[in-house]
Amino acid sequence: MIDALIIGAGPAGLSAAIACAKQGLSVRIVDEFYRAGGRLLGQLHQEPNGTWWNGMEEAARLDREARAAGVEIACGVSVFNVVPSSSGWIASTTEGEIETSLLLIATGASETAVPVPGWTLPGVMSIGAAQVMTNVQRVRVGERGVIIGVNILSVAIARELQLAGIQIDRMILPPVSTVTGKAGFPEAVMRSLLRVAHLAPSPLIRWGSQLMKSSWMQRLGVSLYPSQGFSMWDIPIQLRTAALEIVGTNQVEGVRIARVAPDGQPIPGSEQIIPADFVCIAGGLSPLAELAAIAGCPFAYVPSLGGHVPIHNDRMQTPLPGLFVAGNITGVESAKVAMAQGIVAGLSMADAHGALADSAELENAIRQVGIVRQRATIQFHPDIDEGRATVGQLALASTGK
Amino acid sequence: MNQRIVHHPVLGSLDAGKSLHFRFNGTTYPAYEGETIAAALLASGVRTLRVHEEKGTPRGIYCNIGHCYECRVTVDGVPTVRACMTLVQDGMEVTAGVVLPTPLKKGGHSQ
Repeated sequence: MIDALIIGAGPAGLSAAIACAKQGLSVRIVDEFYRAGGRLLGQLHQEPNGTWWNGMEEAARLDREARAAGVEIACGVSVFNVVPSSSGWIASTTEGEIETSLLLIATGASETAVPVPGWTLPGVMSIGAAQVMTNVQRVRVGERGVIIGVNILSVAIARELQLAGIQIDRMILPPVSTVTGKAGFPEAVMRSLLRVAHLAPSPLIRWGSQLMKSSWMQRLGVSLYPSQGFSMWDIPIQLRTAALEIVGTNQVEGVRIARVAPDGQPIPGSEQIIPADFVCIAGGLSPLAELAAIAGCPFAYVPSLGGHVPIHNDRMQTPLPGLFVAGNITGVESAKVAMAQGIVAGLSMADAHGALADSAELENAIRQVGIVRQRATIQFHPDIDEGRATVGQLALASTGK
Repeated sequence: MNQRIVHHPVLGSLDAGKSLHFRFNGTTYPAYEGETIAAALLASGVRTLRVHEEKGTPRGIYCNIGHCYECRVTVDGVPTVRACMTLVQDGMEVTAGVVLPTPLKKGGHSQ
């Protein structure tokens, strides 16, 4: 039996593995993808100081460090069940059962699908699919596309597609429906963009120095709804335009769009079809927490963290003995936060195993998570601290820890 | 048609693996070692990986990370393999999903 099994070889899982392997635990990581790194692999953006955050390089570094620390990494392995045992946990995988004393679930987040009519046509994909295809697999998703859904993630990936020479015709809103919620309301989307623009330092402003030059913020202030939208890196972002339908016979041929009122309702007579050979749908991210759920972990619904999250304390322990969580499963934040949380989880597992030499190390790692969060380039939600505090209180109430 | 991004301003030149070939629905396609079936087919302009089992409407990749199962294909006789998660092997036989019989459904067909 191994000491620690980690499900998910993303930034959280790899960092956790390194941290607890260095304390002497025998550690194995399993991941469904064919290579380690998780969604960190596709990330590519410019940091405030001008350097590029290259997720591929970061993932390769973590992979190297983990292997050097003696971690066994198995890719292409899916986990479909976890059950408690007398001595820890048993994970059922496509390669058989794995017994472990400690289990860390670091499965990350998944994209929320937005069922715009026509979304099953070949050529329609999630924005994250386009990111992986472009940056990791290095294949063009098309020549000229439309992005449906305007949020921090989709704006960042639009830029990444453009860097690879793929033309983004425009970014528009999804149609208003029960599933799209606020993402279909121009005012709500505008507010969310303004909110991130006000963060200091602001990711939107940092992503494009052009924004400052063109006084983007000023223009937004003067006329909240510019008729043609505003452009970022020459990509029109049209908050008063929504997709009604993706059209095509055997694959995407275009998008039927309409101007919309501030409440998201289409303006009669404003419909038109714009040509496109691919469409990306950006519905946002939510924690991928099924395995924690079937393990029997209690959950909390915390919208600022992306949805339902397993209850855990600041040591990344859940109320279930020997079960830990780290990364986006605990709330959607950046890869850097996930890495910091992973280190906490790794040291915490070592502590649970009685192998942590210096408990100050764990306390420092917990503080470091807060520091990284404060400095985060991409802040997904303004009330993350509040959401984290809520989960912490629930953890305290359930375990007394 | 080759839709690979050979030059990238930040990521640099494509570091392609060994070239190999596989078949999809009887047609031979080129690929590089380390590519997924989905990526290799898209690089050759193939977007439709199966049809809806009942309606026959075309389907391609959606999430590209193994969650949505839209890209499921048959690989060397094994059904329901995710094209986005499976690396191409030299000589691999890949076939698209087809319309399946619905004999018990009203108006359904037996083959």
